[in-house]
Amino acid sequence: MPDTLPVPIADGLICPETEGNALFASRERATNRLCFPARPEDDPRYERVLLPRTGRLWSWTIQRFRPKSPPYAGPEAFEPYAVGYVDLDGALIVEGRLVDVAFDDLAIGMAMRVVPLPFEMTDGTLRTSFGFAPDKGVGA
Amino acid sequence: MSEDVFIIGAGIHPFGRTPGLSGLQQGVFAVRQALERAGLAWRDVQFAFGGSDAAGNADTMVSELGLTSIPFINVANGCATGGSAMFGAYSTIKSGEFDLGLAVGFDKHPRGSFSPLPADWGLPDWYGETGLMLTTQFFAMKIQRYMSLYGITPHTLGAVAEKAFANGVLADHAWRREAVDMDTILHSQMVSDPLTKFMFCSPGEGAVALLLASGRKARELGLPAVRLRAAAVRTRPPGSFEVFSPALDLERGGSPTSVASQAAYDMAGVGPEDIDIAQLQDTEAGAEIMHMAENGFCADGEQTAWIAEGRTRIDGSLPVNTDGGCLACGEPIGASGLRQVYENYVQLIGQAGARQAPGRLRLGYSHVYGAPGVSAVAIVER
Repeated sequence: MPDTLPVPIADGLICPETEGNALFASRERATNRLCFPARPEDDPRYERVLLPRTGRLWSWTIQRFRPKSPPYAGPEAFEPYAVGYVDLDGALIVEGRLVDVAFDDLAIGMAMRVVPLPFEMTDGTLRTSFGFAPDKGVGA
Repeated sequence: MSEDVFIIGAGIHPFGRTPGLSGLQQGVFAVRQALERAGLAWRDVQFAFGGSDAAGNADTMVSELGLTSIPFINVANGCATGGSAMFGAYSTIKSGEFDLGLAVGFDKHPRGSFSPLPADWGLPDWYGETGLMLTTQFFAMKIQRYMSLYGITPHTLGAVAEKAFANGVLADHAWRREAVDMDTILHSQMVSDPLTKFMFCSPGEGAVALLLASGRKARELGLPAVRLRAAAVRTRPPGSFEVFSPALDLERGGSPTSVASQAAYDMAGVGPEDIDIAQLQDTEAGAEIMHMAENGFCADGEQTAWIAEGRTRIDGSLPVNTDGGCLACGEPIGASGLRQVYENYVQLIGQAGARQAPGRLRLGYSHVYGAPGVSAVAIVER
């Protein structure tokens, strides 16, 4: 991960070699089934894989009130945010925040890509989480 | 030959907020009411299954009800606690082990949304920390996609909520007892798009007790009774879409509801077309709509016409959530599933008062759903 990105919010979540633009998953060797988040790397039943970086919005909503803490660890000041599931090209449908998009522009089927998401914790420290942003290079 | 199982009595502590009583005390209230209405005493009860999600151990209610040394089994099964308690009581009588028992569920939740901890659900901390672990988001995204696939509009969501509050006015155990008009529902505060404040139920308080008996015992007592034709609890199949899912399989599958529903129809030897009245999980207005299809009552997308025609109102061809459901009664997790069975019981024996559904009601269907993907279905027959 480049110096500009804060420490990841969890290990084994975001691939550091992709500048935060790809997520890890695990493939169960026996069934080929993918699971996210990735299993611990030392679990011999799974192999670690990278999920596709792009996909289509599968569903979405807007979180209009501040979630309770715990478990929420964001800042006290609250701004509504978008959440959605993105069907990552032929692999898995993954949930995450939707960023760089006006709420009114959200539409099921729109092209999205994985992006790193700086996340401010309650104590003011920054971590890198992930989100999905419109993939402008692809037509809807 | 296994025993037939009947519900021979039922009691309820009004849902809502009761600051002076603990959840456990509301449970005791419901048990006493069930016994009193049936003309039975606590010493007549041979065993009990009971539980709450957040209001303590059911078996401690023996200190108030009486130390009769009966087996009292605590059930802790999240949203299916009530359904699992009833399944336990049903199976016990069916096996022939005992012939009169109790299923009780109660709860008391603080105001506001539930605040689950990721580790309790086998999830990493970041999932909760970053604001993804909310049941409201799940329900909103499930109905959002369903609306997009089947052309359902916010107006249909509003009609479901409007019906719930209208029914709640008529139900003496309901929490919300004032009608809310469509305009208010649609334009109230947006909680999680497309669902507004009046389209969501709230965690609350309440308790329900059901007395179950064998066929022989029921005949001996001669009480108003309904036969429990099916009680099925099922967890999620592959490819379902559930609360608290960081990812979903590409290959979409059924739901715990569709599996539990089919199991219950098979047990009862009836189909959805035979059902006269239904209580369906309505955590929010969209859940009632989707659960109409998942339980086999209509095809995906037919809900728009069903609801516009008033088919699910109390005077419709299939009354749904005749006491206002979770939307009007709130959701005390441990009691919620048993409230649905209580409602079918009083409807089928003709004691539902102002909200009594017209005509002869033979088969009542109830369905509870919750995290992390569990459904319980019961079918009762008068």
